[in-house]
Amino acid sequence: MTLLEITDLTVRIGGKTVVDGVSFALEAGERLGMIGESGSGKSLTALAAIGLLPEEATVTGSVRLHGRELLGLPDRALAKIRGEQLAMVFQEPMTALNPLMRIGKQLAEPLRLHRGLSRGAARARAIELADKVGLPDPDRIVRAFPHQLSGGQRQRVGIAIALACEPAVLIADEPTTALDVTVQAEILALLRDLVDEQGASLLFITHDLAVLSSVVSGLVVLADGKLVERTDIAALAHGRHDPHTAELLRAARAAAFPTPGDPDAGS
Amino acid sequence: MTVLRALWHKPTGIFGMVVLLGLVLASVVSWMWTPFDPTATDPDHAWLLPFANGHLLGTDRLGHDQFSQLLAGSRETLLTAILAMLIAGVVGILLALAATVTPRWIGATVVQLIDILIAFPVLLLAMILAAVYGGSTTTAVVAIGIGFGVNVARVARGEINAVRGTDYVLAAQACGASTGRIVRRHLLPNIAPTLIVQLSLTMALAVLAEAALTYLGYGTSPNTPSWGGMLAEQQAYLAARPLLVIWPGLAVVVTVLGLNLLGDALREATDPRLRDVS
Repeated sequence: MTLLEITDLTVRIGGKTVVDGVSFALEAGERLGMIGESGSGKSLTALAAIGLLPEEATVTGSVRLHGRELLGLPDRALAKIRGEQLAMVFQEPMTALNPLMRIGKQLAEPLRLHRGLSRGAARARAIELADKVGLPDPDRIVRAFPHQLSGGQRQRVGIAIALACEPAVLIADEPTTALDVTVQAEILALLRDLVDEQGASLLFITHDLAVLSSVVSGLVVLADGKLVERTDIAALAHGRHDPHTAELLRAARAAAFPTPGDPDAGS
Repeated sequence: MTVLRALWHKPTGIFGMVVLLGLVLASVVSWMWTPFDPTATDPDHAWLLPFANGHLLGTDRLGHDQFSQLLAGSRETLLTAILAMLIAGVVGILLALAATVTPRWIGATVVQLIDILIAFPVLLLAMILAAVYGGSTTTAVVAIGIGFGVNVARVARGEINAVRGTDYVLAAQACGASTGRIVRRHLLPNIAPTLIVQLSLTMALAVLAEAALTYLGYGTSPNTPSWGGMLAEQQAYLAARPLLVIWPGLAVVVTVLGLNLLGDALREATDPRLRDVS
């Protein structure tokens, strides 16, 4: 069953077309990766899907969730869907939490908004959520402020907030880019396990091919705002892919294993 | 609380706090007690020098005790400073929100409005209001509050825009928070430090503007003791009795300086970039 269907999505900002006719579908329970170099329109596609593009952007095409058109919905209706059916994890855990609000309050926010939980019930649930995403000492950490947490812990909070209402679709926009390599692996495992446990679909955005294979099966490749290929990890491993994808792969290998003779080495 | 502690470690902060506390104390005391009735005339004891007959700062041509008048005048000053600051705060926040979280065409219009109002001198606004509604403390307070409120609005607008662009506001929107909720829980708390600094500076400007307006005859009525009124009253005798002008003048200068330094110290105490590494 198709959960999220994006058809001919085009985004223009200031006369420039930054996303150009992108179409793909996300099936129920699927974990789909979206790769592309910086500026290829990955993040903008995600923001368009959740309806949070900057005001000056114009969007055409269609974004359907459970068959319901999201583009053009009034903000009030979109707010009911965001966090409840469609949620998002952001790239920068350092800035994605309000520095003045205690962790528990931020964890409880989507529950208070969508489930109408009382203060006390939301607080109890926040402690459960903190425990679920593997935060140490949940009773204490819900009273902490963001600056008292490490980057990895903050990203766990971000994931817990996004998954609090058990959304059908989770969009993760480079959730591990800002983290240490060792922490990256933990966060990826957590994300995969929780998405599986809740039976949610995942759209995982990254420019880092190395992290993809452990999380996703399917893959869409973006370049210059256009979708160049929809493939899967297995096909990638067997060398069947579009020239753009080959280019990304080659760059990734060059960065991982620089060799003196390679003109791309270290770039 | 850490901000208060940081204030106590700066000479400017201590000075500002002492001035503010002194002003509050003088107002409260003058409410219950002054050495003499500040409005009572006493022709037998006119033109007295300081310390004569128990008149600490002397008397003027009608025999008004100058110290009592200064004490009583501090009430007008404090009242104007606080009320004008509150009005400026409300006007500033409302205008800044109207310029930022509304649809773009409304926001652009409000920004234009703010720019036009900023170009308009506060004293001129007060004089126009006084011409229409008559000069009074209320008119002065409203004019000063609105006049400086647009300055607060300009600063607050920039701050709100900066906070609005942060990831945590985007994350809150992605959670399904409404605009009103984002304003209450994210925007206002995060611009509060800047706003507090701005409003303490507004208090200093309000004290100066109130004294100026009253001196010019557009503010507090001459029957109510006030520092601006004292200046207006005594300036005719500047050559003969310079001290009579110096007392209220000094009171205004010290208060304005103190509130300004308090604002500066507050800014340093709340801005992590300027905070001393300790």
